[in-house]
Amino acid sequence: MSKLLECKNIVKRYGKKTALDGLNLSLESGKIYGLLGPNASGKTTLIKLINSLLVQNEGEILVDGKAIGVESKMVISYLPDHTYINANKKVCWIIDYFDDFYSDFDKEKAYTMLKQLNISADESLKTLSKGTKEKVQLILVMARKAKLYILDEPIAGVDPAAREYILNTILANYNQESTILISTHLIADIENVLDEFFFIMNGKVIMNDTVDNVREEKGQSIDELFREVFRC
Amino acid sequence: MTWKLTQNKPIYQQLAEHVELDIIMKKYDLSEKLPSVRDLALEAGVNPNTMQRALTLLEDKGLVYSERTAGRFITSDSKIISDLHIELANNYTELYFNEMKSLGFSTEEILTFINKLKEEENE
Repeated sequence: MSKLLECKNIVKRYGKKTALDGLNLSLESGKIYGLLGPNASGKTTLIKLINSLLVQNEGEILVDGKAIGVESKMVISYLPDHTYINANKKVCWIIDYFDDFYSDFDKEKAYTMLKQLNISADESLKTLSKGTKEKVQLILVMARKAKLYILDEPIAGVDPAAREYILNTILANYNQESTILISTHLIADIENVLDEFFFIMNGKVIMNDTVDNVREEKGQSIDELFREVFRC
Repeated sequence: MTWKLTQNKPIYQQLAEHVELDIIMKKYDLSEKLPSVRDLALEAGVNPNTMQRALTLLEDKGLVYSERTAGRFITSDSKIISDLHIELANNYTELYFNEMKSLGFSTEEILTFINKLKEEENE
């Protein structure tokens, strides 16, 4: 199968601190991947490199066989861990903004999802609750018809009911030609939607397998395995 | 509400058992079309690829069959389903027996327990 994303020997340093230390990772089309690791393991740094918000010191990142650039941004739909959207704007303004910006944005789909959630497009973002804000951002990201969706902590900071809704939205909008990379430390919540997972620690991938392989071979969930591997 | 899944067993096996039980309990008629992989995956709250794998397992058992473009259907052979129903009953009975044995009861004693339940039900 063809590789949609390839990260080869990635090194990223912040001053004297090494965040990524020779990391290798590759994703195939049509799968949902979990990027799992404790705090400060390098998850967000890696995601920022793939989205060209940072540049690596060493190594190579290829998206669809090409280096990071305008073309890679066109095929990646990215949900950052912190919002960059102007909170003073109304939801409908933000939707138009995305529609102008991304040629693969499906405005109708965005409005359908808003309606399902009873979110009014006339409200400005800052008046919405934290959970609703997260849902709006997820809608913006999932309404694009991208090849690769990268979701950095999509379910952190929302209640379990909203979490279930968010996962449901991800599944409902996922088509089997696209690929999703979800970074999180709330493993028990997302385990059932993953094909494969990567454990990352100290800037390296220390384990990569499918969820059901681990269950078959170890009789253990990924959540249990995580607690064992990353025991403090 | 998503399906209840446990931690220590492969997800695809649990999904297959869930659908198998639905078929045995006649949620679907013989030869009825199954919902799509996508819809079943959404209902269960799981990855469609995992659901696909579960249904392939049921295909191998002969419980469902797929027609290239039309989708997946329940078998038309009621014997396959009734055989699985009996197999399930045997498994539960065996499980109960073994658990009771490990609690130190003899076969005779176990039967006494069952007969007691039977009498209570008749009252």
